Amino acid sequence: MRQFLTVVAFALLTIGFFSAYSNYGIPQIEPAPPPKEEKLDLSAMTMDQFILLGERIYNGKGTCTLCHNELGRAPLLDTTAAAVPERLKDPRYKGEAEDVESYLIESLVQPSAFVVAGFGKKGTNDAESPMPNVAAGGISLNEAEVAAVVAYLQDKGGAEVTVEIPEDAGQGGGDDEEEEPEARDAIDDPKDLLAKFTCDACHMINGEGGEGGEVGPNLSRIGAGRDRAYLRRALLDPNADLAKGYEADLMPADIGEQIYVAELELLLDYLAGLK
Amino acid sequence: MKDPHPTQRGPASAMIAFVVALAAVFLLAFGPVDALAAEPAAADGVAAGSYAPAPKLTAADYPTIAGINSRVAVWIFAQLHLWFAAFVLAVPIFVFIIEVIGMRTRDKRYDDMAYEFIKVAITAYSLTAILGGGLLFSLILFYPHLFTYLSTIFSASMFYYALLFFAESAVLYVYYYGWHWLQGGFKKWVHLSLGLILNAVGTTLMLLANAWLTFMMSPAGVDAAGVFSGDAWAAIHNFLWNPINIHRFVANIAYGGSIVGAYAAFKFLTATGNQEKAHYDWMGYNANFIAICALLPLPFAGYYLAAEIYAYSQQMGITLMGGIFAWLFIIQAVLIGTLFLSANYYLWCGMGRSDGAKRYTKYIKYIAIVLIGAFLVWFTPHTLVLTNEELKALGGPHHKILGPLGIMPAKNTAVNVMIIFTALSFMFYRRANKVATVSWVNAGNAIQVALFTTGIANIMFLGIYHGYFTNTVYKVAASIPQVLTTVAVIVGSITLDSFIYRGAKEVGPLHWGRIPGRAQYALFLLAVSFTWLMGLMGYIRSGIRQHWHVLDIMRDASPDAFTPTLGYAANVVSVAAILFMAMVIFVFWIAQVSGSKTLPAGYWKG
Repeated sequence: MRQFLTVVAFALLTIGFFSAYSNYGIPQIEPAPPPKEEKLDLSAMTMDQFILLGERIYNGKGTCTLCHNELGRAPLLDTTAAAVPERLKDPRYKGEAEDVESYLIESLVQPSAFVVAGFGKKGTNDAESPMPNVAAGGISLNEAEVAAVVAYLQDKGGAEVTVEIPEDAGQGGGDDEEEEPEARDAIDDPKDLLAKFTCDACHMINGEGGEGGEVGPNLSRIGAGRDRAYLRRALLDPNADLAKGYEADLMPADIGEQIYVAELELLLDYLAGLK
Repeated sequence: MKDPHPTQRGPASAMIAFVVALAAVFLLAFGPVDALAAEPAAADGVAAGSYAPAPKLTAADYPTIAGINSRVAVWIFAQLHLWFAAFVLAVPIFVFIIEVIGMRTRDKRYDDMAYEFIKVAITAYSLTAILGGGLLFSLILFYPHLFTYLSTIFSASMFYYALLFFAESAVLYVYYYGWHWLQGGFKKWVHLSLGLILNAVGTTLMLLANAWLTFMMSPAGVDAAGVFSGDAWAAIHNFLWNPINIHRFVANIAYGGSIVGAYAAFKFLTATGNQEKAHYDWMGYNANFIAICALLPLPFAGYYLAAEIYAYSQQMGITLMGGIFAWLFIIQAVLIGTLFLSANYYLWCGMGRSDGAKRYTKYIKYIAIVLIGAFLVWFTPHTLVLTNEELKALGGPHHKILGPLGIMPAKNTAVNVMIIFTALSFMFYRRANKVATVSWVNAGNAIQVALFTTGIANIMFLGIYHGYFTNTVYKVAASIPQVLTTVAVIVGSITLDSFIYRGAKEVGPLHWGRIPGRAQYALFLLAVSFTWLMGLMGYIRSGIRQHWHVLDIMRDASPDAFTPTLGYAANVVSVAAILFMAMVIFVFWIAQVSGSKTLPAGYWKG
């Protein structure tokens, strides 16, 4: 038994040492919280403030400084704006930009249009950039945010800031001064859900609403012809399969971001039951 | 009194856990998930595929149950399941190898040792299944929408996983319970074949489970919105699948070796007779040998995995090595250093079994100095976190002299040197009890010295040149030629050694059991460090996705979406490691109890 306890004590001491070292032997860095959406009031913003917003996105949500830093993983961007005219004439340039502003936007959303020599993906002979499209995937900057970053890069590079502050602010911004998305209690009645998302403004359901089916299809017997999988896709990605005779982009595409998953299931149950 | 043929144990609990897990998989894979599954749309004008995009979740979509921290619950279940799974997948691999050695040498000790290994593994197998069920339930309870989404894509592979689990159980039980029945001649070949099937099924199980987790890191077979294309193979064969497969396969063997080594060490310390001590010393040596053999290529497999993570997503790669997780690699350095030092220390102590080892003991201190030096290089951080005063005093975030040791080429050089010197320790151990009789022994030794010297010089040159005289893009270019040099030195010298010592005289019989008790603590240290290191690296592998369940496709909107500090992560790993150790002690105890018999005098009639 003594031997057993000695071995256990030895193992606990070893684990204790590793834990203590991890807690006290190295700096405890509190990573930034996940980026959250922020409502911006661009209408009241001056160009200086807009450039500052761009700088904040550049250092924060855009994660640009992960690679564009002095370690040399990606080119420094201090002089990029000034180098644009030369790059546009470069035979390796594959884009369609005609000026500094459009080049910078293009370089953010289509990075392989021009790859600075030595910074291409391994094995591609600088034809392909390792940089992701900042308007998609994990970074997902919106148009206003991309414009702010371009304004910042123009300013940083000593070029004239030609970007205009978008009138439609959309959503965007950095990591601080964030607001939590508005919290609400989950709705447990499918009819309340239809009202909450104003479905009846465009769709007729059981003889009510929908302005005679001109804007959206009549859903009164939707469950007879469509299964849950179709309905789910129609709710989350409305343009994926358009019903005959109806136009794209009329139904809001952000229902999936507003509806709780439990509510979605409830609504699907209800719609699938309309036969 | 020992019973060499223990009866019922693991199967009952394993089957219960398995049936529960299977029911859950079926329920989720073919029950409510049905709504998401592919069904050709009936109506006209509808596209053929009908999978939904990945759900966009809000904090309200994550159930809170009895105040339990969801992330920690899933984390601990997953980690415990993984440790046991690694163990039970690894043990059959080297049991198979040992059985082959036993059949070739006709030395029954190997067969007995293989049987003892598998006996330890079989109870662990039950616990693996139970913990797998625990992981499944905790995922379903705490992250229902993530599980639903993943089971939409992997429902078929989950079904095959369940079937393979049946096959694994059946083969394992025949393999274990039939050990003494299937002996000699053709029957032994049948038994060996069962071992091969057991390994094939076990490895396939691991590959399937790896596909699910690598899909979360490098999703494939889905579009940008997460809509599944219907091609299950594309989702399985995602970008990081094979790098993880290779890394886990090698690591499992090293880990299994270290746990069995700890078992043998404990049995050695509590053994009462010399014969028993000799047996467990021999068992510990073999387990440690297997662990080291797998430990040597492990850094290369890890490097390949990290390189592939970079290739898949530069952002994820930088988060891993240059971002918030960078300091974790300093902790890793401490652990790897511990592994190498304890493995070498055990070898050096083990040289005491031979009377001829004195010829080599004078070199050990130099090997120790090199290993510690290499460890310190690996341990040196690049960027220091400093106060303003400290920053001014130092003149920047990098130390002027030691700072350059913080970059990757220096660390690659250090680990290659560590591996080469560990191989040298092993060669000394092999030579300790032998005297070469070939006429060209001096020339052979000279060639070996030249091989080691030029190899180490080449590794140093590559590291220094690429690390300090090229720009960042080419800094890691040294890694592949460095690895090739290391492999060439090890393979070349061991091959040459086998020729030099062909027909060699033995100094005397090896004295198994003649090893100090403290050497056994090196084996415990190896097992504990390995366990903890796996927990830590598992955290980083999963953590680099940050606030994504499925990278760039399904965002984690739970209250636990933030990345914790390394101290917090280390504490969770420590708690899980202590739980694991308690369970392993239970497994070892059960293995011991199964062999004990009580004769109750006067209890039974007649």
